[in-house]
Amino acid sequence: MLPTIFYIGLSALLFVIGVCGVLLRRSTLMVFMSIELMLNSANLALVTFANQRQSLDAQIMVFFVITIAAAEVAVGLALLVMIFMRKQTTNIDTMTTLKG
Amino acid sequence: MELVIFVITAIVAIIGAVAMLTSRNAVHSALFLLLNFGAIAVLYLLLQAPFLFAVQLIVYAGAIIVLFLFVVMLLGAERDEEDANPIRWQAPVAITMAVLLVGEIIWVLVRQSQDSIARVGSSDSDFGSPAQIAQALFTTHLLPFEVASFVLLTALIGVVVLHQRRS
Repeated sequence: MLPTIFYIGLSALLFVIGVCGVLLRRSTLMVFMSIELMLNSANLALVTFANQRQSLDAQIMVFFVITIAAAEVAVGLALLVMIFMRKQTTNIDTMTTLKG
Repeated sequence: MELVIFVITAIVAIIGAVAMLTSRNAVHSALFLLLNFGAIAVLYLLLQAPFLFAVQLIVYAGAIIVLFLFVVMLLGAERDEEDANPIRWQAPVAITMAVLLVGEIIWVLVRQSQDSIARVGSSDSDFGSPAQIAQALFTTHLLPFEVASFVLLTALIGVVVLHQRRS
């Protein structure tokens, strides 16, 4: 078993790359993919701690996170297709209808 | 040996993530994301989580990436962000704050690693096996399991309702 810090460091790096994706890219699809990347890096941290503590609870939690991510992607992409049909673009700056 | 596998997998994961972030074509981005998910699945194997390895490959690398590719190709939205970001100061500020964030996380980790991040208990060769996961899932965590099924059902109905033709 390698030191936990290796895995957590990798997880942090992937999470920050995901944050950069959300902040820098303008396409809604890319923002979605970056969110998936961040979810994955959090899962990696949870599995690392499960192994370190020899406790299954974190692995069960990762299982639920994957379930919720699947549901989220299905609904999110359905919304995205609807918005694309209406606006003919996936640029996130055009979605300002709810702006106060 | 474990270190070699970890380093190779970590490099593949980071390359996949960075290439996803920088590639202009959404199809390429989805495929690089697939590479990253595969690398993370290998890391799950190293961390004694064979069940999650399988779930990661089936749900993430299988279902979610296929869904992404399907939507990208359906919309024909491979490359539609050629126009520049209207908020000009956003990119430098975002990169600066990301570097600050990663530095802060590494600093906290290095400070903590002396005392609290130490291996607890001995390694059980059966740890994380599907049988153990199932036992925990269907006894201790039965209620969240049922709630998750409702969430999936709600997502299913939501997608159907969203795409209903309103006449």
